[in-house]
Amino acid sequence: MRRDCPLAVLNIMADKINKTHGAGGSATSELIDSIFREAFSNEYLEPLSDSAVLPLPAGKKLAFTTDSYVVRPIFFPGGDIGRLAVCGTVNDLLMSGADPAYITAGYILEEGFDTDDLKKVVASMADTAKEAGVQIVTGDTKVIEPADIKEPGLLINTAGVGFIDEDIDISPARIKPGDAVIVSGNLGDHHAAILGCRMSVKNNIVSDAAPLTQMISGLKDAGLDIHAMRDVTRGGLATILNEFASSAGAHIRIEESSLPVSEEVKGFCGILGLDPLYMGNEGKCVIILPDEEKEKAVEIMRKSPYGQNASVTGSVSCGTPDVTMRTAIGGEKIVSPLYGEGLPRIC
Amino acid sequence: MNLSEAANFLKNYNGRELRLMEVCGTHTAGIVQNGIPSMLSDRIHLITGPGCPVCVTVTDYIDRLINLAKDPANIIVTFGDLMRVPGSAGSLTQAKASGADIRYVYSPAEILKLAKEDPGHTYIFAAVGFETTAPVYAALLSGALEEKIENIKLLTSLKTMPQAIRRVSDGIDGFLAPGHVAVITGTEEYRQLASELEVPFVVSGFKGEELIASIYALTRLAEREGKAGFINLYPQAVKEKGNEAAKAATESFFEKGDAAWRGMGIIPDSGLYIRSEYKKYDAGSHDLAGDSEPEGCRCREVITGKLPSCDCPLFGTVCTPEHPVGACMVSQEGACFNSAKTTKNY
Repeated sequence: MRRDCPLAVLNIMADKINKTHGAGGSATSELIDSIFREAFSNEYLEPLSDSAVLPLPAGKKLAFTTDSYVVRPIFFPGGDIGRLAVCGTVNDLLMSGADPAYITAGYILEEGFDTDDLKKVVASMADTAKEAGVQIVTGDTKVIEPADIKEPGLLINTAGVGFIDEDIDISPARIKPGDAVIVSGNLGDHHAAILGCRMSVKNNIVSDAAPLTQMISGLKDAGLDIHAMRDVTRGGLATILNEFASSAGAHIRIEESSLPVSEEVKGFCGILGLDPLYMGNEGKCVIILPDEEKEKAVEIMRKSPYGQNASVTGSVSCGTPDVTMRTAIGGEKIVSPLYGEGLPRIC
Repeated sequence: MNLSEAANFLKNYNGRELRLMEVCGTHTAGIVQNGIPSMLSDRIHLITGPGCPVCVTVTDYIDRLINLAKDPANIIVTFGDLMRVPGSAGSLTQAKASGADIRYVYSPAEILKLAKEDPGHTYIFAAVGFETTAPVYAALLSGALEEKIENIKLLTSLKTMPQAIRRVSDGIDGFLAPGHVAVITGTEEYRQLASELEVPFVVSGFKGEELIASIYALTRLAEREGKAGFINLYPQAVKEKGNEAAKAATESFFEKGDAAWRGMGIIPDSGLYIRSEYKKYDAGSHDLAGDSEPEGCRCREVITGKLPSCDCPLFGTVCTPEHPVGACMVSQEGACFNSAKTTKNY
């Protein structure tokens, strides 16, 4: 982050974002100093130079990812866009077997956005980064015209790097017949929470946005041979399992009765004709590993606060590379990937 | 009779071959979602009838909507499913990409708010549906009237079920009565249809076990050829007289008229139109009868239950959920969309 005017910190921050905050001048410095710098404070950010210069651990591979966050509303039950922006990138790194280390934060602020709300989002990012064990080491701020003048907001882009041990190889190509499919917890929570807000439906559903660092470290520390792993976001479990089946050239069969879904989300989906298999989460993952390791994996996952409903929901076998489900009433059906737009954008 | 006994009977049914039709899009989706086709004997065929409102909408309607969208004074408001339905020259999605202001809503009530805050535009709501959704549109009109909101109009394609059921009943041995429609209209007209058409009707709920119970009951009634019969297996929601307040709301804003259905042409008195005293709210919904299907598309026969989706030459090759050609592949309640979801290597 750049700081052009060392005295800018003395200025009193405006209560709404305006164009000068993105102009690179004193107002930008003031914004950086009064909001970002303190919240994210760490040794790599502090020089506020053009790039963060980071140490490279020996003998490791680098994982590198990026994602953008455009969710509305900005604050929702169980989280906000800032928590989402950290969790999404951290979880993407974790899923490739990396230990997440550093992330970036790019803010596109809409003119008129409330500065106090920005502070809340930034504080939430700082808390989530701490929880996830990553540092926010560089960033950028731009200001644009609001898409909706009545409701100016912000968009966030995060990129992240993590380090992977040389001997770790997690990829769908390693999925084998005989493997077990484990889901880390209740499906659909984030999606239903966002949709509930947008539709002003009163319910108790809370987003599951969470960094899965502790859970995944637990699995790796136990030496489990994870073949493939993916966080369950847009497209839902159904779409991921179809991608897995097709990459592995194997058949995946799941049991509806063992899919973890909360009663609230079930009810919500029933009313709206939605299917939790196609709904996104922001703090859940699906893991494929050898059948003999499944009980151990579930035990470890359930010890994490974000994995208490982890369960074995299916298995991999030889056969056509697609996904089928035994339904709760005893039917068999093909589980297709999500088609078309289907549902509103949720992250 | 519990679930497993009913399921066992349906799997091992060995009586006369039966063609049972569902005429409610939510039933179609529920049957697929619960894997019910895999639970039936191959002597029981479930046929999807004209129960998906988007699928029975003619291209004239879509074309009119697109023309309205081209006027920058108008903002078109719609539910998602309608966006990708092809008209004779493009879809709403294409119109939107070319700059038309077209918005999704989750409930019609949102439009009142939008229109009130933006008096400079006319908000045109694509009011597509059956008896189920008509009361919701009536509530919207009532709200507009009460709050004196002048910049809302509806382009309606509202239809009533019984007349269409008569049209498609040839060769059908039993009907699952449209559950959501019956919640509003009540059971009486389906009881009458059963005796008029001499086929059984069962009113069904939407959960897997409710659908199995209803298909079981319908099979038991239908295996005796030529006998009518009527059972309401969804009594917790469907009453004999239906929802009288909702019916009254519909009646106060809408009147009957002829309507064009895809695949069936004009069916007398099967449409609902905004009453003439409220015509200022109508965006030109009358006389939208022209219907031109894309080349090779056999939606007409699919909608009327004459052709299984998978026998359409476009199914799964040219027409897929990602690139739908006909309306039945667009809508989540459509016969082809639901067939595609359950077909291996389509």
